[in-house]
Amino acid sequence: MTYLTKPKLHHPTLKKNKVGYTRRDYEGRVSTLCAGCGHDSISAAIIEACFELDVQPHRLAKLSGIGCSSKTPDYFLGNSHGFNTVHGRMPSVLTGANLANRDLIYLGVSGDGDSASIGLGQFAHVMRRGVNMLYVLENNGVYGLTKGQFSATADAGSKAKRGAINTDSAIDTVSLALLMGATFVARSFSGDKKQLTPLIKAGLAHSGAAFIDVISPCVAFNNHAGSTKSYEYIRDHNEAVNRLDFWPNREAINIDYDEGAVIEVPQHDGSVIKLRKTNTAYDPTDRIGAATQIQAHAAKGEVLTGLLYVNPDSEDLHAHLNTFPQAFNTLGEKELCPGSGMLEKINAALR
Amino acid sequence: MQPTDIKKPDYFHKVVDCQWACPAHTPVPEYIRLIAAGKYGDAYMVNWESNVFPGILGRTCDRPCEPACRRGRVEDENSPKPEPVAICRLKRVAADLKDGEEIAARINTNKKKKSNGKKIACVGAGPASLTVARDLAPLGYEVTVFDQDPKPGGMIWSQIPRFRLPEEVIDEEVGYILNLGVSFVQKKITSMKSLLTEGYDAVFVGSGAPRGRDLDIPGRKEAAKNIHIGIDWLSSVSFGHTTKIGRRVIVLGGGNTAMDCCRTSRRIGGDDVKVIVRSGFAEMKASPWEKEDAAHEGIPILNFLVPKSFQVTNGKLSGMVFEKVKAEYKDGKRNLVNAGEPDQFFECDDVLVAVGQENAFPWIERDSGVEFDKSGMPKLDPVTFKASLPNVFFGGDSAFGPKNIIWAVAHGHDAAISIDKLLNAENIAERPMPGMSMLSQKMGIHEWSYDNEIANDQRFPVPWADIKKTLKNVKMEVELGFDAATAWKEAQRCLNCDVQTVFTTQLCIECDACVDICPMDCITFTPDGDEKELRGRLSAPALNLIQDLYISGPLKTNRIMVKDEDVCLHCGLCAERCPTGAWDMQKSLIKMTTAGPAARSPLKRRDRKAA
Ligand SMILES: Cc1ncc(C[n+]2csc(CCOP(=O)(O)OP(=O)(O)O)c2C)c(N)n1
Ligand code: SF4
Ligand SMILES: [Mg+2]
Repeated sequence: MTYLTKPKLHHPTLKKNKVGYTRRDYEGRVSTLCAGCGHDSISAAIIEACFELDVQPHRLAKLSGIGCSSKTPDYFLGNSHGFNTVHGRMPSVLTGANLANRDLIYLGVSGDGDSASIGLGQFAHVMRRGVNMLYVLENNGVYGLTKGQFSATADAGSKAKRGAINTDSAIDTVSLALLMGATFVARSFSGDKKQLTPLIKAGLAHSGAAFIDVISPCVAFNNHAGSTKSYEYIRDHNEAVNRLDFWPNREAINIDYDEGAVIEVPQHDGSVIKLRKTNTAYDPTDRIGAATQIQAHAAKGEVLTGLLYVNPDSEDLHAHLNTFPQAFNTLGEKELCPGSGMLEKINAALR
Repeated sequence: MQPTDIKKPDYFHKVVDCQWACPAHTPVPEYIRLIAAGKYGDAYMVNWESNVFPGILGRTCDRPCEPACRRGRVEDENSPKPEPVAICRLKRVAADLKDGEEIAARINTNKKKKSNGKKIACVGAGPASLTVARDLAPLGYEVTVFDQDPKPGGMIWSQIPRFRLPEEVIDEEVGYILNLGVSFVQKKITSMKSLLTEGYDAVFVGSGAPRGRDLDIPGRKEAAKNIHIGIDWLSSVSFGHTTKIGRRVIVLGGGNTAMDCCRTSRRIGGDDVKVIVRSGFAEMKASPWEKEDAAHEGIPILNFLVPKSFQVTNGKLSGMVFEKVKAEYKDGKRNLVNAGEPDQFFECDDVLVAVGQENAFPWIERDSGVEFDKSGMPKLDPVTFKASLPNVFFGGDSAFGPKNIIWAVAHGHDAAISIDKLLNAENIAERPMPGMSMLSQKMGIHEWSYDNEIANDQRFPVPWADIKKTLKNVKMEVELGFDAATAWKEAQRCLNCDVQTVFTTQLCIECDACVDICPMDCITFTPDGDEKELRGRLSAPALNLIQDLYISGPLKTNRIMVKDEDVCLHCGLCAERCPTGAWDMQKSLIKMTTAGPAARSPLKRRDRKAA
């Protein structure tokens, strides 16, 4: 780890966003992760994305489980709300928070151990419920924090640092999220911020369950030859289906694209995702097609990245449950405690 | 782009902005670190080796290093008043706090053991000549320095007032040089021709720019008694011949001499002293801090006034008339044109004319073999400082006109190299390379042998003595210098720009850790391109074209690493966050080679060994 705090000085040309903050204002405490850990790059991408989206720091809540990945919310968005929950239980805490205060932006941060091992059940349910959030899974194939045991996302046949071969088959979190009904599913790589940052922006703006699996090499325990989550392996096997530009609102689009190769996916809130296809056969709005393609490429040993699926007509948990449109903390005692008359009425309806 | 060749000493030398800007290339961060460590003697010696007069320059230098200092740039948009490190005044700290006896002993070890039988004459005992003497005496040369004044020091003595530079400091530092076995002779040299017949193997002319320019306007002759040429007047005050001036004084001119004149006047009788300049205040030649010092002493500076005439009443100077002008710009050239206002009259008892200096060589006969150009300056080789006679060299103000002490020192070093090579039968045009060593600062996983924490302090002001006292005593030093505690704090503002970020392409795994941590957004991994286009698409735009881009070879992804050196803090965080050691922090110690065996031809050296 670094013992120095990052100097306050910044580049003289550092810009401010619409809400008056510089990118540096979205930083957190200095990282205690291993030098070169992919997770730190993801933190940097989250910082960049929130800056570019003009997020008001106090309007965002970051929640995480346990693991090196789950420690990272301490290293970004130092002025946002945070909840470091228990191992594998971030989804339920996030769901609860979201139900109580629907006005915040929810960012869940987890690891492959946290999500695919101990927290697999919670992971599945938070997706199928369509909780309005961005769920970032920092996937390194190992339990980094506990010194590098294989996690449930480690590929069968991949080799541990000490030479052991993994014999269990891997859980593909992207396929699982698709299957469970997530309405925004992407995969990216910590070493490719150009791809990752717009995905985070689009995921934060998406209403419904947005999921990004970010392959994030663990330099300490899973960056050797024989690993399928190393910098080198991912660079060699990365197959990006598209590059994405995210526009917070429609009017802002003023870039010339080589049409044909571009599709536009308008979002509920008026924002637009522009996808420059690198694989013309890939249609990210076709859920079944996406699932097939992901499997097909995996079978070839390729790691498909990019925006893999997006449902432009997504809905979230609040819509499903027809909840009250306001955050609870804006309600007074009278609304929250409507009195015995109302209780009588409800009870009568249930008889 | 071509990958950067970091083996060339100039690459990293340029990154050390202060050292690069210093005419004598003093290793500034090195001495600042030594000051922070309380090793004042070592800090003094680092200075002494490169600039010869640490105590003098620490008070009077024109400090080209400070505008160049990276600290000023990195505080841009970060601090209410971006300012460089007080490099110059820290130099003074080394001189103030060192142990004089220890220094004398250390310098003494350079004393020549025996003469090499060669004789050198230096004309003028100013900083250029004294540097030549300092460099050559330890090599065994018998150096004689001539000056018309009773004490060696030249303009250091005669033109800089004692309230800026006390006598003891001059005596001490000139003394170190004389103690090396240099002879000083008080004698006005009146003929180059006869000097050349006196058996000297080489002659160095460091006689300065001794003639102050006059102002030939109506009334000049009639009022002559109360009109004085600035540098002559300053010198006469320095040597105690002049002790008084009238109550109301006008100083003409906008350079540092004018500032010295007005401040000196304030101390010896002038209580209504004003400086009047032709140009605008901002374009004045004086260093900003010298203008501030004058303002601090209550001296107004009136600008855009062109002198028209001296007014004489009853045969005595009574005032001056000025034309009010304004600046007009045409094709980027400034013209001063009448402002359409009535002329202005200012009463005064004395006028000091400090409107520039000229070189004068009445003692060098035009048939001596030393040739002059149309403007009356000697014809010189700009690198070797050789005149049109093979064994005559010039330096300091007498070479290329008025500059300042630190330039004179730099000239002196170069001329000394030329003289030594000439007298060793070498080609003097072949110049020595600077010495460079690179030393990794890594001590442990996150431990460096330099202090990489960045202090957020703003520049500390140097304390002043009580103005009530200093204005009464022309010899009382105004600036008190930093005390050890403040010096330590100011030293922390230094960014250690000589501790370089060194990148090893083969070790990089492109994890982006350095890009993410860099507080100044200096680092980018990107496809190659041509420089101009590349500068625009980096993590932060590289707009300062004077600063180089550090370019790696192609990486595994075929991209390159580009680092903009411009506002790098040298905090080493890139190296701390690098998992593979592809970044390392290495101290580049660059030392200019001075006269002597190291500066002689490497080819010849090898021959000599073989023989
Ligand atoms: C209930 C519980 N069981 C086990 C642990 C031990 N533990 C801590 S972190 C971790 C795995 C974390 O792996 P992952 O989520 O992939 O994070 P990484 O460190 O790889 O980023 C485990 C098993 C725990 N903290 N709590
Ligand atoms: S152990 Fe692995 S995952 Fe954890 S900080 Fe180190 S490199 Fe990152
Ligand atoms: Mg993990």
